[in-house]
Amino acid sequence: MTWLLPLAAGLAPGMQRYLLQARQMQAFSFAAHIPLVCFGIALPTLLLSVEWLYLRTGNELYRTLARRWTRVMAALFAAGVVTGTILSFEMGLLWPNFTGTFGGVFGLGFAIEGFSFFMEAIFIGIYIYGWDRLSPRAHFASGIPIALAGFTGSLTVISVNGWMNHPSGFRLEHGKAVDVHPFRALFGNNYLWHELLHMYLAAYMVTGFLLASAYAWSRLRGRYGRYERTALTVALAAAILSSIAQAFVGDWNGRTVAAAQPTKLAAFEGLGHTTSGAPVHLLGWYRHGHVEYGIRLPRLLSLLAFHRPNARVQGLDAVAPADRPPVNVVRFAFQTMVGIGTLLALLAVVVLIVRIRRKRLPESTWFYRALVAAGPLSVVALIAGWVVTEVGRQPWVVYRAMRTSQAVTGAGGIPVGYGTLAAVYLALAIGVAWVLRRLSRMPLDDAPAPQAQTAEAA
Amino acid sequence: MHLYDLPLAFALVGLALYTVLGGADFGAGFWQLIAGRGDQAREIRDHSHDAMAPVWEANHVWLVFVLTVVWTAYPAAFGSIASTFSIPLFLAGIGIVLRGGAYALRAGTATPRERRRVDTVFALSSVLTPFALGTVAGGIASARVRVGNPGGSLVSSWLNPTSLTIGVLAVASAAYLAAVFLSGDAVRDRHPELAERFRLRALATGLAAGAVALAGIVVLRFDAHLLFTHLTQGVGLPALIISVLAGVATLALVWRRRYEPARYSAALAVAATVAGWSLAQRPRFLADLTVEQAAAGHNTQIAVVVAVLAGAVILFPSLALLFRLTLAGRLTGPELAAPAASPRDPIPATTARSARLAAASLIAGIGLLTVAEAGWAHALGVVSLLAFVACGYRALLPGDVEHPRPAKER
Repeated sequence: MTWLLPLAAGLAPGMQRYLLQARQMQAFSFAAHIPLVCFGIALPTLLLSVEWLYLRTGNELYRTLARRWTRVMAALFAAGVVTGTILSFEMGLLWPNFTGTFGGVFGLGFAIEGFSFFMEAIFIGIYIYGWDRLSPRAHFASGIPIALAGFTGSLTVISVNGWMNHPSGFRLEHGKAVDVHPFRALFGNNYLWHELLHMYLAAYMVTGFLLASAYAWSRLRGRYGRYERTALTVALAAAILSSIAQAFVGDWNGRTVAAAQPTKLAAFEGLGHTTSGAPVHLLGWYRHGHVEYGIRLPRLLSLLAFHRPNARVQGLDAVAPADRPPVNVVRFAFQTMVGIGTLLALLAVVVLIVRIRRKRLPESTWFYRALVAAGPLSVVALIAGWVVTEVGRQPWVVYRAMRTSQAVTGAGGIPVGYGTLAAVYLALAIGVAWVLRRLSRMPLDDAPAPQAQTAEAA
Repeated sequence: MHLYDLPLAFALVGLALYTVLGGADFGAGFWQLIAGRGDQAREIRDHSHDAMAPVWEANHVWLVFVLTVVWTAYPAAFGSIASTFSIPLFLAGIGIVLRGGAYALRAGTATPRERRRVDTVFALSSVLTPFALGTVAGGIASARVRVGNPGGSLVSSWLNPTSLTIGVLAVASAAYLAAVFLSGDAVRDRHPELAERFRLRALATGLAAGAVALAGIVVLRFDAHLLFTHLTQGVGLPALIISVLAGVATLALVWRRRYEPARYSAALAVAATVAGWSLAQRPRFLADLTVEQAAAGHNTQIAVVVAVLAGAVILFPSLALLFRLTLAGRLTGPELAAPAASPRDPIPATTARSARLAAASLIAGIGLLTVAEAGWAHALGVVSLLAFVACGYRALLPGDVEHPRPAKER
């Protein structure tokens, strides 16, 4: 019955007025949610490793650390649950034609994700409230499903995004998806794996660097004892290793985009015309088919994308102007992501060298200042990365199958909704910042003697 | 029953569970809202919070489950419903955000005053959300949505007699369920006077919810006649009778302070209304769309059924574990003394090996992922890079906590 749904022609022009606001609202909701997702993916694993150290060594310090991170996880998971629910509402509220036309193809990914979400929510309840109420082993075991569900959840959600970028598993007939094979569309898609790994490592980078940032800050403020040093060591270990791996995974992502979405790659680099031996430009601005004021590195794009210095790289002119994404937005986001990612990887290499050669963390004040900046920068890179893939796919919501303008709702009032949501999210952000600050100041000595205080705080 | 009915049946089971379990969590918020001030009020608020804290996230997921199953299996209906009810769905969403935010904030509160403020936000949003979702159900039940984007009036689709009645019913039955559950929890926590207070609340809201439900049937008679006919004379009648009987039985059980069986009869009374609605509305989904017409293709239906059944295999044992622990008070009672873990090897012995493994994995990963071109090589490369992270992490974990370096600390 999907053919009954009006496609672009059927939408009243007045309704399309809000397409940009709808896109911004979606982007805003997503940008608010995705850093929380990172904590949902990575923090359970870090927590389990600290709890494992506690079980293994019996050192109370690890227990204190795990209990405090549990509180952080509880607060951030709650915020993640509700912001994620908003995203699922927006699938219908903002893009009813997208869901209405293709729900039968991609919806399965979210239906399966629902079960990951269930496992996370169930075991996070047990884990948070089971501290010192369950046996240590049972408590540790209750954390394992959370970490696993973090992986399966990202697998299924990314499978939908991979499908939107590289759709398959259906045919379009008169605007209707027929001959649908949902499992093949989502999980038989070679666009899934590089996106998944890129996001999964990003989650460890963001979580690791943000936590490390907090402890680096307390070191600069003169609050740095065994507890802070241990916490910093654990968080930084996750951050630096994933940053180094990410450099290579990011490169792999670039090559896959070059093969499957050449127009997106051309937007990354501001490549106006199809070129053999295409260059890379650092910085600069794209105008009239060229990058102006950029630093030109000849043949590098061909080399990176196809491993041949003279390879032919498709330019933006290969598709009609109406089918091109907004180049400067995509390009700026791409350069931001790659630039920050490179800096973080360099920082990681420095840490790794010092840890291997001197068996300790770096001690220079500048290192800790850089580390304070690294946390927020990793979030910027994360969001920039999603801008790259989502804006880079425009004007399509489903690449070369449905335009975003065809997907948008016909209901009005989007600016009102957007404004309300922005105000509510601002309040939420202030609240989360407040609670994290409060949690960081609660006394440390809650571990050895279980006083009433811990029960209340947990 | 056809294949295309099956995902809808799953979604309705999910909806019934959400109405009961999620509803009880909303109801706990309702009791926080009208608790008032003072020590007694604080007890009520704290008890309401503690009872739902370990379970509300899991209970909330039922809503997401319903949404995802409907948009996968009945995309055309979902698109029309979502665009038509954009206002109440948005309000419900805002309520959900505020509720989760308030839950997160409560962990940081230090004084009763702060806690009361946070609880008020939590409680207000706990009333807003079930009301808004109830109006959506009322709009669908009274056939105010057709296929389209939007497929009905943005205002009268949810501001109409049926919607308003069901919205109020949703809030009332949530409060009633919560009061019954909280009475039982208070008895378990050896808090008899608190149980008495919730007992009175359960009796009062039970009667109120029953009255709203009866009034709702009268409203349906005039506002949604077809549904009324099927509910009172057709296939929906058994469910209606079960709901009434279970409701009366719950009141009797609560009166006699038998809260444990009352939990289940109260749940049955509420779940039966969802069943009655869906039976009475069959086979109509929207005003001009049957379930059969709304259904996505055969492959999608099969995929959804397979996914849900497979998911249920892991979901239900996990849920059973959560509820067993919660109902036994294992997640809410006082904490046990921290077990004295026996100190063992302070420095994990395998770090040097982990470091070597990490280095080897990194080299292999770079080679396979970046230099090689074949798909299988990339797959191995990915595994190698993950092994690099895992082994490297093991090697970099702190092992020297017992022997802090005499660095310039503090």
